Amino acid sequence: MTSELDIFVGNTTLIDEDVYRLWLDGYSVSDAVALRVRSGILEQTGATAAVLQSDTMDHYRTFHMLERLLHAPPKLLHQLIFQIPPSRQALLIERYYDFDEAFVREVLGKKLSKGTKKDLDDISTKTGITLKSCRRQFDNFKRVFKVVEEMRGSLVDNIQQHFLLSDRLARDYAAIVFFANNRFETGKKKLQYLSFGDFAFCAELMIQNWTLGAVGEAPTDPDSQMDDMDMDLDKEFLQDLKELKVLVADKDLLDLHKSLVCTALRGKLGVFSEMEANFKNLSRGLVNVAAKLTHNKDVRDLFVDLVEKFVEPCRSDHWPLNDVRLFLNQYSASVHSLDGFRHQALWDRYMGTLRGCLLRLYHD
Amino acid sequence: MPGKLKVKIVAGRHLPVMDRASDLTDAFVEVKFGNTTFKTDVYLKSLNPQWNSEWFKFEVDDEDLQDEPLQITVLDHDTYSANDAIGKVYIDIDPLLYSEAATVISGWFPIYDTIHGIRGEINVVVKVDLFNDLNRFRQSSCGVKFFCTTSIPKCYRAVIIHGFVEELVVNEDPEYQWIDRIRTPRASNEARQRLISLMSGELQRKIGLKVLEMRGNAVVGYLQCFDLEGESGLVVRAIGTACTLDKLSSPAAFLPACNSPSKDMKEIPFNEDPNPNTHSSGPSTPLKNQTYSFSPSKSYSRQSSSSDTDLSLTPKTGMGSGSAGKEGGPFKALLRQQTQSALEQREFPFFTLTAFPPGFLVHVGGVVSARSVKLLDRIHNPDEPETRDAWWAEIRQEIKSHAKALGCHAVVGYSESTSICEEVCILSASGTAAVLNPRFLQDGTVEGCLEQRLEENLPPGCGFCHIPYDELNMPFPAHLTYCYNCRKQKVPDVLFTTVDLPSDATVIGKGCLIQARLCRLKKKAQAEANATAISNLLPFMEYEVHTQLMNKLKLKGMNALFGLRIQITVGENMLMGLASATGVYLAALPTPGGIQIAGKTPNDGSYEQHISHMQKKINDTIAKNKELYEIIPPEISEEIIGSPIPEPRQRSRLLRSQSESSDEVTELDLSHGKKDAFVLEIDDTDAMEDVHSLLTDVPPPSGFYSCNTEIMPGINNWTSEIQMFTSVRVIRLSSLNLTNQALNKNFNDLCENLLKSLYFKLRSMIPCCLCHVNFTVSLPEDELIQVTVTAVAITFDKNQALQTTKTLVEKSLQRASTDNEELLQFPLELCSDSLPSHPFPPAKAVTVEKASPMGEGNFRNRSAPPCASATVGVVKMTPLSFIPGAKITKYLGIINMFFIRETTSLREEGGVSGFLHAFIAEVFAMVRAHVAALGGNAVVSYIMKQCVFMENPNKNQAQCLINVSGDAVVFVRESDLEVVSTQQPTANLQPSCTEGEVTT
Repeated sequence: MTSELDIFVGNTTLIDEDVYRLWLDGYSVSDAVALRVRSGILEQTGATAAVLQSDTMDHYRTFHMLERLLHAPPKLLHQLIFQIPPSRQALLIERYYDFDEAFVREVLGKKLSKGTKKDLDDISTKTGITLKSCRRQFDNFKRVFKVVEEMRGSLVDNIQQHFLLSDRLARDYAAIVFFANNRFETGKKKLQYLSFGDFAFCAELMIQNWTLGAVGEAPTDPDSQMDDMDMDLDKEFLQDLKELKVLVADKDLLDLHKSLVCTALRGKLGVFSEMEANFKNLSRGLVNVAAKLTHNKDVRDLFVDLVEKFVEPCRSDHWPLNDVRLFLNQYSASVHSLDGFRHQALWDRYMGTLRGCLLRLYHD
Repeated sequence: MPGKLKVKIVAGRHLPVMDRASDLTDAFVEVKFGNTTFKTDVYLKSLNPQWNSEWFKFEVDDEDLQDEPLQITVLDHDTYSANDAIGKVYIDIDPLLYSEAATVISGWFPIYDTIHGIRGEINVVVKVDLFNDLNRFRQSSCGVKFFCTTSIPKCYRAVIIHGFVEELVVNEDPEYQWIDRIRTPRASNEARQRLISLMSGELQRKIGLKVLEMRGNAVVGYLQCFDLEGESGLVVRAIGTACTLDKLSSPAAFLPACNSPSKDMKEIPFNEDPNPNTHSSGPSTPLKNQTYSFSPSKSYSRQSSSSDTDLSLTPKTGMGSGSAGKEGGPFKALLRQQTQSALEQREFPFFTLTAFPPGFLVHVGGVVSARSVKLLDRIHNPDEPETRDAWWAEIRQEIKSHAKALGCHAVVGYSESTSICEEVCILSASGTAAVLNPRFLQDGTVEGCLEQRLEENLPPGCGFCHIPYDELNMPFPAHLTYCYNCRKQKVPDVLFTTVDLPSDATVIGKGCLIQARLCRLKKKAQAEANATAISNLLPFMEYEVHTQLMNKLKLKGMNALFGLRIQITVGENMLMGLASATGVYLAALPTPGGIQIAGKTPNDGSYEQHISHMQKKINDTIAKNKELYEIIPPEISEEIIGSPIPEPRQRSRLLRSQSESSDEVTELDLSHGKKDAFVLEIDDTDAMEDVHSLLTDVPPPSGFYSCNTEIMPGINNWTSEIQMFTSVRVIRLSSLNLTNQALNKNFNDLCENLLKSLYFKLRSMIPCCLCHVNFTVSLPEDELIQVTVTAVAITFDKNQALQTTKTLVEKSLQRASTDNEELLQFPLELCSDSLPSHPFPPAKAVTVEKASPMGEGNFRNRSAPPCASATVGVVKMTPLSFIPGAKITKYLGIINMFFIRETTSLREEGGVSGFLHAFIAEVFAMVRAHVAALGGNAVVSYIMKQCVFMENPNKNQAQCLINVSGDAVVFVRESDLEVVSTQQPTANLQPSCTEGEVTT
């Protein structure tokens, strides 16, 4: 006696959260059944393995049919085939677009192309995430990227509108799309200590301050029809950043800057002497990072540079985080007192964001 | 020109990409009704076209309005080649033809293609202007309302229940026409869908005409079925119950009707006329009178009875009124005569209803059924479907005579079905023989007062159990005792019926689903030889199914079956029997005896030991079941029982010996003799198997109950959480030397595993009851068995569920004793018996509360738990006639849809399971969309009447036909009815005051 056909269709589509989890994680039906057996569900319900098998198959089939709709979540809301309560719809979408930290760290900043897709095998082996799940997550990134790539307006809003994600998830996707678009290097060994959250935090600051969209947000002109792009860094701004070079190139300006910072921080910093000794190196590092951002390649290395030029030197001298904060605040603010320096606004736009990023990046 | 149909095509969405180059579609729409076609403009390059068309107007006869469906086809415009069809929508405009239903159909409909399934949606608005030419109405039957619901619909009142209407139409099946060889599968499927749509329209119109002839205005319990007879054609047949219904404008509107003339009130007590001198006799046979006839279609008049037809077909005319008159006193006779005269005018006094207005059902005789095996041959003249008509007429005649033999004039819970394999067709009909109250059947006797609560107080809730037949002249041996409830009338020891549990019945504990499953191998044969073989097997199957039911019922410690449905399915090399029913313990019937096992070979120590071991297991199971279903029958002391009991025992023994001496009945004496304990003789391995299979039925996991009736006795506090589902399973039998036992085991496992799966899937709804569990078996191929289940799971509130069983028992006990004391004055005193002191007796209230969650009063009484308000667009579906926690405010019309889906890429669509899963989901979606477009938010009495699945995996093909129906309704949540319920106390008081007036 073999079962040829075995289906269950409810007027309200039954969604089992546990099975959905297993499906999303890319387990095959038999693996999923084995995992469910191990969870002790048979003992709890008195069901047999055959029942579990049939149930799992049913759910997998349903998810498979829903997957097409999940690729365009608004379709899931308007379709008539599956009657699903709104709260469940939201759950389906949110979970489908959710991703693994381990996976996203691997692909963050990489080009979302076919070539990368072939690397998924390696990622799967490395992270222990099933290939199927890797594919899903990768395809999600790519799909979101494709949809919002050419759109105007806020990146987060666009993602939310077209994929109906929660605020948190939409922000994460904005970071992923932003990183993929600008191809920031995140995979170097030096950067391994950084979490996706760290990068996402930086991405958000950069989107808010360094993109074309940031300019368009000028309160005077909210209906502005100009390019309101959140994806690309403001090219003009990056060009202008060269002007900051004077802060380290001009010896007087550099000395003055140093003395201003040291005066203000004397007695307040535990690592004062180290700071004093390193000031010029640190300042050169930060200003040179800015000056180099005209080149795409250097943009990609932004995080590597920041870690190399700032995070690592401080860390080797055991600066406490609070000292870093005090230093950066003072370092940014003191520039306003430099009479010979004319690019105050530019400096603030650069340093304001960088300070936030550095503080986030500064940890073990 | 009595009607103008207006259609507007608004927009489309989610259309499929038809032009690969642009990834877009140039869509336009054809709107067709009858022979007229309109087209919209082409909306270029969009998957979400906005046509916003003008109103397309069709001026048509109302006859056409009833027959024809509106056909909407969405196409992709192609300049150079033929336009590609995207899909179609068929809209049945019937709901727009009667005044109280929908006024407009407007909404998003899935665009359906028989090859690709649903492909986007289209927004359509449909209106009908009917000219006020009332005479024309009589020509067609516009205005007759149809309901699938097998009870009086909730917001209506039955003025008169006229009776049985039936009709059938036949045609050639397009799939078997010569043209099918040259046309595409799509064209063939569409021709079939359209033809069936037309035929159902025609059928409905013809039935409507019959209803108008009877001066009715509605058909209730409308059941339409298709017989796909293959080469010999396509039959669409329908049965229903014609009624005259009155709309209740508001809950309060029917209250004044309580002031009914007192003669009304008297009639009921007469039914309950005490009968102290009656005698009891022989064993009972609740399932009675099967006859099996086989006649080749050419000579269908020949009735070759293979078994006990002599017994059951003997006309017992005088018995009904005559002898009952002698025995039961003049009132009973009068009642009988009245009923009889009312019913005799009818050719077939059948009712497709399964639930009735209180007081309608007077006595129940038992299940009557008839089957006949026919050979199909081509229907030569579709306009004269005489052969099929004659077949059914013959079967119905048989049912009628069986009912008569049981002393009944009517058959309720009546249904008909067929099973076809190649050229052999088994026609089946079954129902419950009953004696009805004539008041509802005659014009103008009473001004149709159906005030419910009022009448429920009068009969003691056991009347329907009392035997309608004459006990000295019994049609079959039966074991009678005095009713355990009223102590005045005779009742059988078990009662089988096809109807729902009457709302006023007193039940102890909870009920449960009981199934008997059986397979019988049959040699492959051709034509007449095949038909003969089948006819010869049928009686044995019927007997075994009955034995199984009886055993399982005893094992559950219960004494009555409701909603019994026996399905016999014929296949190439086997016959399958599946009987489903809901077992309950009726307080009025005697406590069932246990099951005793007797071995055939004594003097064998180990064998004896084995037997006693089995016996112990059985006894344990019975005890466990009693606990599980909370069956705690009242301990009735001898004083209360009184003396008459021992006497009938003696008598019955006498009578039984008589029946034993005549061996004509032995074969089908389904009663198994009169024994307190039911004896199973284990004389061979077969019997051993039977006992084993008895014990293998696993009870549902805790927190689950199941029944195949509308509601579960003993559970009354439903929440609004419902989940309707369909589950289909097909198994392939290993063809190696199949034996009957192996087959039985396979089939049994299939059903049991299916149930287990359901329990597992729905575990989040615990505590929950599966209601209206409907199993259908088919044998699509040699080694395939297909089981389809549709049911609804309803969550109930556990805390309240455990209430008052005990008090109920006490009350009934108390009532029994009081009644006993006042035995002689009973008929006159009944009304004052308990009413003056308790205007609204608590015991009754409990009964009502328990047994009829759909009762109006009850609905408003129960405070529904606050539930999440339904989101816009949600359409509930349920096989029940009501929605728990809600009130149906409007019936929008009947939904009757037929779909075909075919695929030539079975593997790509996820194999057979993927294909059917998607199709059923699509069918649900289309039903919901049609209901929503009518302005409704639920389908009640939903039923999947057919699910014919055929596959050819080698060719990567599969095809499936599904036919569903139900009533589209608007319901309002009780929680939204707060305003109404604040007025409720007054509403509840009123009837009780009135009662006082009437009774004093």
